[in-house]
Amino acid sequence: MASKMIRDVIRDTIDAEMARDDSLIMLGEDIVGGNGAPGGPEAIGGIWGTSGGLWAKYGPDRVIDTPISESAIIGAAAGAALTGKRAIAEIMFADFIGVCMDQIWNQVAKFRYMFGGKSRCPITIRMPYGAGYNAAPQHSQVIHQFVTAMPGLKVVMPTTPADTKGLLAQSIRDDDPVIFLEHKALYAVKGEVPDEDYVIPFGHARQVCQGDDITILATGMMVGFAEKAAADLAQDGIGCDLLDLRTTSPLDEEAILDSVERTGRLLIVDEAPPRCSLATDLSALVAGKAFSSLKAPIEMVTPPHSPVPFARELESAYLPSPEKIVAAAVRLMSYRKV
Amino acid sequence: MQLSREALLKAYRQMKTIRLFEERLHDEIALGEIAGFTHLYAGQEACAVGVCEHLGPKDYIISTHRGHGHCIAKGCDVIDMMKEIYGSRDGLCKGKGGSMHIADVNVGMLGANGIVGAGAPIAVGAGITAKSNGTVSIAFSGDGACNQGTTFEAMNMAVVLKLPVIFVFENNHYSEHTGEAYAVGAESMTARAAAFGMKAIKADGIDFFSVYDAMRELIDHCKAGNGPASIELDCERFYGHFEGDPQRYRGKGELERIREERDAIRTFRAKVTEAKLLDAADLDAVDAEVAALIDRAVAESKAATRPTAADVTQDVYISY
Repeated sequence: MASKMIRDVIRDTIDAEMARDDSLIMLGEDIVGGNGAPGGPEAIGGIWGTSGGLWAKYGPDRVIDTPISESAIIGAAAGAALTGKRAIAEIMFADFIGVCMDQIWNQVAKFRYMFGGKSRCPITIRMPYGAGYNAAPQHSQVIHQFVTAMPGLKVVMPTTPADTKGLLAQSIRDDDPVIFLEHKALYAVKGEVPDEDYVIPFGHARQVCQGDDITILATGMMVGFAEKAAADLAQDGIGCDLLDLRTTSPLDEEAILDSVERTGRLLIVDEAPPRCSLATDLSALVAGKAFSSLKAPIEMVTPPHSPVPFARELESAYLPSPEKIVAAAVRLMSYRKV
Repeated sequence: MQLSREALLKAYRQMKTIRLFEERLHDEIALGEIAGFTHLYAGQEACAVGVCEHLGPKDYIISTHRGHGHCIAKGCDVIDMMKEIYGSRDGLCKGKGGSMHIADVNVGMLGANGIVGAGAPIAVGAGITAKSNGTVSIAFSGDGACNQGTTFEAMNMAVVLKLPVIFVFENNHYSEHTGEAYAVGAESMTARAAAFGMKAIKADGIDFFSVYDAMRELIDHCKAGNGPASIELDCERFYGHFEGDPQRYRGKGELERIREERDAIRTFRAKVTEAKLLDAADLDAVDAEVAALIDRAVAESKAATRPTAADVTQDVYISY
């Protein structure tokens, strides 16, 4: 057991998987860095520090620095995966998904289905995402709501170092395309990581804390916010059942419904804007399948329907926060039918 | 290049299979037998066959919305293809893909594709595998796809990574309903490919021998580790963009003229009989054999199992 930051866990897990499987390649912009420049290769090792040393260890045929060409990155990973390799593609910021959406949505997600189940496409698309760095509207967004809506994709959102290792290993070994979302604000989160090889199967939420009053569902950076809110609420005697969903597709419906049936109150925290989001989807699930358990209307804590703003004050106002979650929890607990 | 009698007969059989497959589809679609959008390849047979006769199962191709010819040339089962176009559960893709998505990864055919320009990036990835196998990867594109940014990205990346990818541009002079003269801004697509830093040549896309010889040169070039290459094939589309297209963009007498003067099958027959490589009787025997195969394909497709509602959610990994 060692204490590691998430960014190092990602690098080490890719390293272990590349050592384990010779057919695994990775592609992305500046994952090596410095090629064709005076500084030479490995000048960067990924702008997020998630691929340092891999080029030197596995060589340029397996650790492939690409031009700034997102469609060609995803297409190349897909073509390699269709023909017998396994691929990791890094899209430097999840916001750039717009540039390569066709390759993800119309190609990668659909190959197995439209080819009658006769092909596989083992590709892990890693995408750093999320707000919190004043990176302004085009470098701060979440995209899980889009990819979760696309049949043919699996969507993974780890929040702890130990989960990152097991979920990334599972993603890379999976024979189908996986969108692996890494919250930029969590890269430096440190925690204990077991040394042995392990995978975490998809579709199983992690119970962060237990309580009987409110079910809180969260993903990514929102899990930490919700955990802090739950600790504050516990001081006031309000017990929260907090689930970190870990994968939004497949979704652990059973854990969600079991919890809501027990608590009777649901609070969803989502970093996506409020319309047609994960929050609205989870709300529909619970309203449809656990309606009679609900003691109060479902609360959703989300940003407003706006782009992510730049200025510190604006971004803080935009994002959910532990305080906003506490306020929503108090509303839930004080609800009385009239 | 001197080809054996067997090789010539095989090339002719492949081209004739494509022609009769497409002509029969044209008739069946007119009768309302087939659902959806279908884009016929007839007229361009020498392109697909001139390229694919060089390839084995570990060489890869990716195709376009006009993909039946590439599928047949690369070795997809013709009867299973027909069943797929009829939407049968027994089709090559179990009725999930249809005309625009026929694929058989086992023979190195990575799919027809409904998105113009989507194939070239995927061919780059197949080129990564091909490089480690000592094979090649072929991106079939038309003069329409050559204007897509994805094609530009793919050409540049193939050059940067020195991959054995050959970009085959079949110039049938129409991107859907718009002329090449309008839509291709460069002097030519060959000039454009050359500007990306790759070997770029042209060949006559209605002449099997012109395509075949040019491809030999390019495949050798790629396998020698020189990176990608490109070829522009001047060819003709005998039908519309899609079946049902009234083709009002054509010139007066244009279709009659290209069918008379620019027919790949006739060109092949004339060349091999004049050179006394094959007799007309040899070729007629192939015609009869292929006609019987297409009849059988249609008859079996009409009788094949239909998919059921339970098949809808198969092969999407997750159910809700």
